[in-house]
Amino acid sequence: MKYEIAQLSEQVLEARANYRPVLIHGGHTKSFYGNQYLRSSDEPISLDMRSLRGIVNYEPTELVLTALAGTPLQEITDTLEASGQMLAFDPPAFGAQATLGGCIASGLSGPGRLGAGPLKDYVLGTHLLDAQGRVLKFGGEVMKNVAGYDVSRLLAGSMGMFGALLQISVKVAPKPLQTLTLEWECTEAASLAMCHGMRAHPLPVSASAWELVGHRGRLRIRLAGAPAAIESARRKIGGEVVNEPESSQYWQDLREQRLSFFMAPHLWRVAVAPGTPALNLGPTLIEWGGGQRWIAADLEPGMVRNAAQQAHGHATLFRMGAGKQAPEQGVFHPLTPAVTTIVKRLKQEFDPKGVFNPGRLVAGI
Amino acid sequence: MNAITETGLAQLNTPSADLVVQALLARLPAHCVLSRTEDTRPYECDGLSLYRSVPMAVVLPETEAQVQAVLKTCKRLNVPVVARGAGTGLSGGAMPHAQGVLLGLAKFNRIKSIDAEAAIAVVEPGVRNLAVSEAVSQYGLYYAPDPSSQIACTIGGNVAENSGGVHCLKYGLTVHNVLKVRMITMDGELIELGSLAPDSPGPDLLSVFVGSEGMLGVVTEVTLRLTPKPALAQVIMASFDDVEKASNAVAMIIAAGIIPAGLEMMDKQATLMVEPFVKAGYDTNAEAILLCESDGTLEEVADEIRRMEQVFERAGATRLQVSKSEAERLLFWAGRKNAFPAAGRVSPDYYCMDGTIPRRRLGDVLKAIQQMETTFSMRCANVFHAGDGNLHPLILFDSNIPDEVRRAEDFGAAILELCVEVGGTITGEHGVGMEKINQMCVQFSRDELDQFLAVKRAFDPDCLLNPEKVIPTLARCAEYGKMHVHGGALEFPEIPRF
Repeated sequence: MKYEIAQLSEQVLEARANYRPVLIHGGHTKSFYGNQYLRSSDEPISLDMRSLRGIVNYEPTELVLTALAGTPLQEITDTLEASGQMLAFDPPAFGAQATLGGCIASGLSGPGRLGAGPLKDYVLGTHLLDAQGRVLKFGGEVMKNVAGYDVSRLLAGSMGMFGALLQISVKVAPKPLQTLTLEWECTEAASLAMCHGMRAHPLPVSASAWELVGHRGRLRIRLAGAPAAIESARRKIGGEVVNEPESSQYWQDLREQRLSFFMAPHLWRVAVAPGTPALNLGPTLIEWGGGQRWIAADLEPGMVRNAAQQAHGHATLFRMGAGKQAPEQGVFHPLTPAVTTIVKRLKQEFDPKGVFNPGRLVAGI
Repeated sequence: MNAITETGLAQLNTPSADLVVQALLARLPAHCVLSRTEDTRPYECDGLSLYRSVPMAVVLPETEAQVQAVLKTCKRLNVPVVARGAGTGLSGGAMPHAQGVLLGLAKFNRIKSIDAEAAIAVVEPGVRNLAVSEAVSQYGLYYAPDPSSQIACTIGGNVAENSGGVHCLKYGLTVHNVLKVRMITMDGELIELGSLAPDSPGPDLLSVFVGSEGMLGVVTEVTLRLTPKPALAQVIMASFDDVEKASNAVAMIIAAGIIPAGLEMMDKQATLMVEPFVKAGYDTNAEAILLCESDGTLEEVADEIRRMEQVFERAGATRLQVSKSEAERLLFWAGRKNAFPAAGRVSPDYYCMDGTIPRRRLGDVLKAIQQMETTFSMRCANVFHAGDGNLHPLILFDSNIPDEVRRAEDFGAAILELCVEVGGTITGEHGVGMEKINQMCVQFSRDELDQFLAVKRAFDPDCLLNPEKVIPTLARCAEYGKMHVHGGALEFPEIPRF
């Protein structure tokens, strides 16, 4: 691997010397996500991470897997599956070419986040190729590690703004003994109330989804855990059982955004505080017990952002139709001035010439 | 002050104590500023009393605006500030700076709001960890991270150290249970990190802030995620006649797809020390005992306990005992949680270490520590968060015997370096502070340490907040290298290092 890393490092140094931006990529499955780099006159260099491929270390009893950034996500999920384990944060691949590096850098979690927590909670260690072409190692392969700042978690979801991920160690989880999907015919308001009501109870809820199917709408909830726990939860919450393989297929299609809801050209993602009522902004699909709202509509950015902010959250223009101009402040929610100051300084410290993925996560930085 | 200058962070002309105290009194009520030595001395150390230093002044602000005023004043005067909660930290992280101000947050002790339906509590940093669980218990909720010091330690300190506890294998560390933090930077700027929503825009600054040991900002408010209390919890106590067998049992539990609510190990030295003190009913004939907890619904726990028992039987347990009541469960845990006070009873002094290793090296590392006991002629009792590989060797010594302090420190350093060698880390939950700053030179390269400094500068450009801790300077690492590597030969070559 030394040779491949040296080559990548050389590319970075060359770009830096010639004031050319470096756009990091793996399998291009998430290239639509984030602010696009449009100044082709700068002759950006594309840094292809797929030369770094392979699982470096996987010991099921340690609950840790370490792999090179360019390793296909599919290879990782297959390997885990063979040992009865999984990536609990349930990351979307958005295509067969998806790599682990892109998965971690984009920070996206899937439906399973409701029960398991976000992707960043599973990142234990990283190797980073920085703007000086050096390899820096943060964190490690152990569950508990408070030596130095937790830079690995900072890199998760940073969209490559601080450098290129070379290798990542992730915490993995045993697959649940059993899963069961239940559904209810109900309105958006009723489903929000029901999901919110479950928050403070010890129920093995691993995923939720409400969408406008049929007359009023439909809530689906996935339970995961020991058969005894699922049985007692089911007695408590009721609902109709959704059989296999339909249920598994549904959660997969939801994660990969293959449901017909997601066919619309414009897609906003609004993250909100618990207990937020219906936003009434347009066609809606709700996940994570009400915390994640997808709105399939071409909305005025200021209006969506206002609504999100009032719900103590933020709004992202997740995907937009061809030929559409991105909002002036970027597709992500603008940061507060105080946070911007720190982010600017961090970027300055990690990447003073601003070569890595300029503006992709934070417009102008 | 040399230490800081080497890194290019000039720290010049520290003003006199009088001037600093006058400046603080101009902004704070008189009863919030302590400057006489008899008043400031109680703050000279935290839970690691080996390291002491009396600060120039102690301030005990009562409002967020006062915290802001203290930081702005100190920034203007170029005076270092060290924040402190309950002072239970075990790595000297809250040890004052001799030319600096100690900022105590003890008066920030209010639980501001509880939203039981959303399972969220907003608290001030001086609220004790256990007080949160007590306050929300009536709603069937609790705050999951439970460091052993939870009756005394505060949430602000937990955020600074990213504290764990015996239940973090299943429920996570502080970082997994904090949704939002309100903090003030050394510039006096008020910043909110994190969100009530599932995530926030931009890079995740909250993750880097939690566990930053008071070096990036001073916390004034924390929003905590609460966890629904399980209907039942039961714990199995399993005895083993061999430490290696107990270690293998831990791996076998995980391999069986079980994530216990807690999975702890104690060696014979530790049970012998604890049992007379707590009378928890520990099997003192066993070479090692495991405490393995299951929680959930009644049916779920019954099922999981059965599966756990089967695994332990296969692993060669010599005795299994399942808690029959909540009182008995708490008694089993009381022994574990009181390991430190028990050490204080059997030995004039003890020194607690905190390395983490890959679980599969548990047996090897334990054996190596046993050999070190001979090398350093000192006893060491071992308690572990076995489920996540976090070791707490307790080195027993007597500071009245000449040389014992130095030998205890060397013993500790040897254990930590061993942890790094087997692929682990020098600290799982106690933090680096002052104590493990030398071992940072072993775990990280100079480039990586510089990158940590870069993160610090992004939050605190003049490096005035808890300076000279956690990140060693180039000179310190060079000095430490000289101490430990004599002509390329490792000290204590007789210790197997595999």
